[in-house]
Amino acid sequence: MPTTPSSHNPSETTQTPEEQQPRDVPLHKRKAAKVDRLAELMGDRADDTHGSGIWREAFHRMRHSPMAITGAVIVLAFVIIALCSPLIAPYSPTSQAWGNEVFPNRNEFVGPRAENLLGLDHLGRDMFSRIIIGARQTLMVGVVATFVGFLFGALLGGLAGACSVLGGRWGRQVDNVVMRLIDMMLALPALLLAVTVAALIGPSLTTVMLAVGIAQIPIFARLLRGAMLSQGTREYVLAAEALGVRKRKIALTHILPNSMGPVIVQSTLTLATAIIDAAALSYLGLGNPDASFPEWGTMLAEAQRFLSSAPSLAVYPALGIIITALGFTLLGESLREALDPKLRK
Amino acid sequence: MSSSAPLLAVNELSVVFHGREAGDVRAVDGVSFSLEEGRVTGLVGESGCGKSVTSLALMGLLPEHGVTVGGSALMRLPNGQEDLLQTSRRRMRDLRGSQLAMIFQDPLSSLNPVVPIGRQVTEILERHRGMRGEAARKEAADLLYRVGIPDPTRRLREYPHQLSGGMRQRALIAMAVACRPRLMIADEPTTALDVTIQAQILELLKDLVTEEGTALLMITHDLGVVAGLCDDINVLYAGRAVETAPRTPLFAEPTHPYTVGLLGSIPRLDAPRGEPLTPVRGSINDNIAWEDGCAFAPRCDHYTMECLQGPPPLVDRNGDPTHIHRCVNPIRHADVVDRTVLDSTAVVGDDEEAG
Repeated sequence: MPTTPSSHNPSETTQTPEEQQPRDVPLHKRKAAKVDRLAELMGDRADDTHGSGIWREAFHRMRHSPMAITGAVIVLAFVIIALCSPLIAPYSPTSQAWGNEVFPNRNEFVGPRAENLLGLDHLGRDMFSRIIIGARQTLMVGVVATFVGFLFGALLGGLAGACSVLGGRWGRQVDNVVMRLIDMMLALPALLLAVTVAALIGPSLTTVMLAVGIAQIPIFARLLRGAMLSQGTREYVLAAEALGVRKRKIALTHILPNSMGPVIVQSTLTLATAIIDAAALSYLGLGNPDASFPEWGTMLAEAQRFLSSAPSLAVYPALGIIITALGFTLLGESLREALDPKLRK
Repeated sequence: MSSSAPLLAVNELSVVFHGREAGDVRAVDGVSFSLEEGRVTGLVGESGCGKSVTSLALMGLLPEHGVTVGGSALMRLPNGQEDLLQTSRRRMRDLRGSQLAMIFQDPLSSLNPVVPIGRQVTEILERHRGMRGEAARKEAADLLYRVGIPDPTRRLREYPHQLSGGMRQRALIAMAVACRPRLMIADEPTTALDVTIQAQILELLKDLVTEEGTALLMITHDLGVVAGLCDDINVLYAGRAVETAPRTPLFAEPTHPYTVGLLGSIPRLDAPRGEPLTPVRGSINDNIAWEDGCAFAPRCDHYTMECLQGPPPLVDRNGDPTHIHRCVNPIRHADVVDRTVLDSTAVVGDDEEAG
């Protein structure tokens, strides 16, 4: 470098130490002095001025949205009721203790009263206990189905996305095969797909969960793959490649975390769909074959026989389904909005 | 400083993109230069002249399909010479980051937004130097400190959006120098930064080059950066080098009309207020194929019929092998002073320049 002579004459003592320092002291020491000074100046800055991550920011925004609060309250109440249902339910949901008070063939039903808050069903079982215990099944079905869809969808979509972004010619072929499979699944209406699965492995609660979950797989897969493809062309991927980071590592630690946002939001929304779909399957008689087992969809199916004489038997489980699905949808929608960079103020 | 062979000798590098409908595009067309340890070499030119494609080709980052790369780029590595353009992709992946590294233009988009800085730095240390856990974290903090980031242990935990623009570029430089590469390519590293930060980053790069003996290939369109940093300068136009010279002769006695035009178009602080700028007229699209003649001829104020008779060769200026230009009708030094030549021409093709 012509600008910094390396052969500096040390006998030249006319310089003050400060002037001499930049040439004789190694770079990192020189830098160190500068940086220490800078750190000193910035030391007053409190440590809590930490900027906030994208999720924390979204949370802040959601705290001021009535939609999010309503959704959160409903979901929270639902989850608490579902988890503590054996403690809340006053009676056993299957005991027909009041069987001699209800005569469906004579259109004699018992409405709400002090000992049975929501009345009795057609077999003389306590409606309130059945609804409460049923919430537990509904939550389990929703969560397990969403988890199944999320897990396999994310696996397939992640595989396709990662292969397509980083794998060259081979990768694109893998992506092609996986995505055509997904397209085939997507071509069937979700409920029809679920009915097919349920019919194949016989009616049970597990069937419902699996069927609803499988119907969600293509949605998750497409979503994650799309997000990964769009992230794959970003400059930080090129920058990571320019530093020699391995392809697998780029896909796992760089592209995947950036693509998870929409998938997580989708899973909140899927919870609502899963609850509705599960109820629909139970209603169609593909759920738990044991009719005495309280489940909102099954209860709805049984109640339709008495719709004209005792509509409340159908209204309670239906309200349960609607309110729960609404809660999850509100929460999911507001989460999506809070995370959407285009809607940020 | 210089031994028998240069650190990197790029010879007749050419990059052709094969378009499906548009046909072939020659982005880089026979560019040759060499890089020495401890020296900064500049690639200068306007947008679309092939600067960035050159750097991507050297790094092996061009897509596998639809691109043909020709020529050679011999790099002196610890175990002998190797042609970067012929190396397998797997080997290239090992070399990238350890022997050659790249600094990109936009520090925000070059950092992963959801991964803390620390993990992005340690990732490279793990990959190339096999460091793990606490050792890697300590080294990462050291690196950030060396590039002038105060309080590095705190910064390691932070995300890119929590850092200022200058600090992000420093972090990227830290990642690039993590394995002490012999060659660094900086693709317009200061474009996204404001002027005061630009100066700091350039000073940092300069320090790294002098201290570590790294070779730096500086890609820029900013002649101010070139004047302050580069030792040797290659001016590119339409994929070919049109003038190559060390810094002083290039700025004092530019000979190619394009270089003269670039220098003439810089706004001057001492110019009278309200004086119009003197652009190089036309746009980079107003060119002819190099095979037919000088690609710059349509925009040149000095072109003669000789310019349109075949590709102009690279020739020495007055027998000086360090200063070469690709012009049959070069500007003699006296002409440069005569700014009226540049001022008199009507500016045509303004509308195209907007595009």
